[in-house]
Amino acid sequence: MADTTALNARLAPGPQGKKPRPILAPRNIMLYGALIFAAVYYLLPLYVMVVTSLKGMPEIRLGNIFSPPVEITFEPWVKAWSTACTGLNCDGLSRGFWNSVRITIPSTIVSIAIASINGYALANWRFKGADLFFTILIVGAFIPYQVMIYPIVIVLRELGLYGSLTGLIIVHTIFGMPILTLLFRNYFASLPEELFKAARIDGAGFWMIYFKIMLPMALPIFVVAMILQITGIWNDFLFGVVFTRPEYYPMTVQLNNIVNSVQGVKEYNVNMAATILTGAVPLIVYFISGRLFVRGIAAGAVKG
Amino acid sequence: MTSNSVSVRDLSLSFGAVTVLDTLNLDVKDGEFLVLLGSSGCGKSTLLNCIAGLLDVTGGQIFIKEKNVTWEEPKDRGIGMVFQSYALYPQMTVEGNLSFGLKVAKLPQAEIDKRVARASEILQIQPLLKRKPSELSGGQRQRVAIGRALVRDVDVFLFDEPLSNLDAKLRSELRVEIKRLHQSLKNTMIYVTHDQIEALTLADRIAVMKGGVIQQLADPMTIYNTPENLFVAGFIGSPSMNFFRGEIADRGGRKVVSVNGVDLSIDSYKARGPIEAGRKIVLGVRPEHVKVDEAPAGTDIHDAVVDIEEPMGADNLLWLKLAGQIMSVRIAGARRYAPGTPVRLSFDMSLASIFDATTENRL
Amino acid sequence: MTGQANAGRPNQLLRNLNSKIASIPMILTAVVIFFGGTLWTVFYSFTNSKLLPRLSFVGFDQYERLWAAPRWVISIQNLAVYGIFSLIFSLVIGFVLAALMDQKIRFENTFRTIFLYPFALSFIVTGLVWQWILNPEFGVQSVVRSLGWTSFSFDPLYNSDIVIYGILIAALWQGTGLVMCLMLAGLRGIDEDIWKAARVDGIPMWKTYLLIIIPMMRPVFITTLVIIASGIVRVYDLVVAQTSGGPGIASEVPAKYVYDYMFQAQNLGQGFAASTMMLITVAIIIVPWAYLEFGGRKRG
Repeated sequence: MADTTALNARLAPGPQGKKPRPILAPRNIMLYGALIFAAVYYLLPLYVMVVTSLKGMPEIRLGNIFSPPVEITFEPWVKAWSTACTGLNCDGLSRGFWNSVRITIPSTIVSIAIASINGYALANWRFKGADLFFTILIVGAFIPYQVMIYPIVIVLRELGLYGSLTGLIIVHTIFGMPILTLLFRNYFASLPEELFKAARIDGAGFWMIYFKIMLPMALPIFVVAMILQITGIWNDFLFGVVFTRPEYYPMTVQLNNIVNSVQGVKEYNVNMAATILTGAVPLIVYFISGRLFVRGIAAGAVKG
Repeated sequence: MTSNSVSVRDLSLSFGAVTVLDTLNLDVKDGEFLVLLGSSGCGKSTLLNCIAGLLDVTGGQIFIKEKNVTWEEPKDRGIGMVFQSYALYPQMTVEGNLSFGLKVAKLPQAEIDKRVARASEILQIQPLLKRKPSELSGGQRQRVAIGRALVRDVDVFLFDEPLSNLDAKLRSELRVEIKRLHQSLKNTMIYVTHDQIEALTLADRIAVMKGGVIQQLADPMTIYNTPENLFVAGFIGSPSMNFFRGEIADRGGRKVVSVNGVDLSIDSYKARGPIEAGRKIVLGVRPEHVKVDEAPAGTDIHDAVVDIEEPMGADNLLWLKLAGQIMSVRIAGARRYAPGTPVRLSFDMSLASIFDATTENRL
Repeated sequence: MTGQANAGRPNQLLRNLNSKIASIPMILTAVVIFFGGTLWTVFYSFTNSKLLPRLSFVGFDQYERLWAAPRWVISIQNLAVYGIFSLIFSLVIGFVLAALMDQKIRFENTFRTIFLYPFALSFIVTGLVWQWILNPEFGVQSVVRSLGWTSFSFDPLYNSDIVIYGILIAALWQGTGLVMCLMLAGLRGIDEDIWKAARVDGIPMWKTYLLIIIPMMRPVFITTLVIIASGIVRVYDLVVAQTSGGPGIASEVPAKYVYDYMFQAQNLGQGFAASTMMLITVAIIIVPWAYLEFGGRKRG
């Protein structure tokens, strides 16, 4: 009896041992101080972009870039969107925006469709030589794009697709393939193999298993792949410059042309508004997707 | 007339340089419950996957119902299969899981409904039909998985360690249920497990496998009482059979095994052939084939001392020292011995096994 | 056995046919584009192709010309400086941030969101923002001067000697969040019991990090290193947006050299030779890593 009461006393709830550190302990001040300092550094450019884009040019010439706008104006935004000039064209970034939409959506869909099927075939229906092709694909992910660009130009020219949107979509599909195939292959390989076996016993074939069994189970990884592709393709500059004609230039290329054009007076507020507009789509994707974005880049990067 | 339901002829399978199965032969009779038993990596699951058509064989033939199915698709082999991880399609309801294969085979809806109803009645899963697998317990999932094999209306069922993911209580419940299922359906079942209790309780015949080779194929009692070699003897039985390494000696016309100077008489052992004196052997005696302090008149008595006692309720397990080595003896649960107690042992050699020390085969 | 005659082994080409058909895009990409394209470029780097590729071989002429060109030499120097500093700083900053984040802090998600958001932005956007912040007339330099330090000078984008550091600042802002995330994942992958054991043994935290945790995270460091390094070799958009290679040719990088010679100077041969040099640079980074990572394991 005595033993049990002693035991109960020992197990009694309540703090045991040292008290937890108060929030304002020196260690915490250092820790959070460092984190907040870093956070300010990372947030500063975003802040500068926003305040600059809301100021008028006279205010920019007088004040410093960190001060908040005295008089808020949305005119730079309107101008950036609809009348900013690249060369002779003065219809603003809107054209680039819609081009980017027309590039990003099909490229994302096609690249993910192809890569997910590749990954599925590699994980579940491995055939002789499949691993060799996959190895080339992964090694190829490390080869600088510059090495492969010109051969692709030739291939596309032969197919009559050089300069067209279709051509650019193919290019995005090609260069998205290593990372996405890896992503899907690893995901499908992580699913229990017995599920695949059960489906084969049930008589389902390659496509039936893909569409009815694998696809519904892979929705999270499809979202991850979508995040990866939407941000990646939207942010692309090199392929946009190399593989499209000026009327199809994506938003990044047009933004660069607007800001770095040597003609005319520099309108920093319009430039910053244009910059925010271009960064808006990936930023929105980033903020909405949250942890999935982290998972996507980690999945893409760690195994890369 | 009993014909062979599944026949495996000279089956070989290797991955690159690694040979998993080597010219293996096996006949499973119609309506038989055959258990493939072995520790992990012995090739038992590989063999089952070959029969199912989920692995391409390197050589040999597989026949199911007299038909050569070596290169047939799994669905065309007339088999159903139940997996260890249940392998239920997570996005489909129980009903969807049961009917998926039938829909793939484009059976008429009425027939599908009929078969699903029958299977769910047999397995008593009607209340679960509209649920998703994630809403089921482990035991219920495995029932559904069995149901998925049942609706296929096939003659051969393949089980790949179906109970290994369940806890001990559920495992014994489902074990009984599988046995009942076999008794009522009377179809051929090939069952892979590493659990000897499952093997002994379920099987008509057990094939004990090691290193891709069938060590012994026989009914459970034969395997338990007359193991063909040292591996089978040691693998079956818990606690394991007691082994004594020794030498055959002739003591004035009586054959004995001499173990570290202790003579164990083997006159009552039914050897398959003559065992000459001087031969190095391994004597195997199961724990329950040793009597403690109750030797019948006229038998050899050996003195030993209790080392450790493990009471297990129905049984009591004594660990003793004899001839310089530790051995276990199973006695009734009511009989208790404190450590250090001297006891008198007598061996029932008619139930013992003797193996050659080098070939490890039964003598 | 009374069954039918032995069914023969079916044609191996037709087995698994659907899978092979579905893999055609992958096979084409791997073989034609990645393998074939690379060989093609290396092959044509030995020709004197100008506007169009043509097969008139000139041996190593293009490479001699390349290494004699001041612009290429500057590009390589820039890449080396940028690469070394960017590796060191992103690993150190990334690890320190990850270690801070791993102290069971509050608002972890908020901090992570803040550190990582630049990574969602393109190099073009990054380059343009930092071009504006580093603008000597309006940016940091003018702000500090207006505070009273009138002789303060910080104009990396207009000063040939330090322009590459201006690009480095922008690159670190954009990329360290990713490194932080990878490092954090690595830290989280370490068994909690290691920390408990170290605490029981009375090892101070910084020592635990230095002597136990970092050595345990070797694979994470190596993978991160490879990712950063292969990104470094590719750096292009950032320079185009921030400086266009200027002032003069002070911030040129190899990738830009390749693009300019291939698509603007109409001197394909030079472009091919330069891109082959980039390939070699990557190979120098990747091959030892791949050997350690995969070759060693097979043998071991």
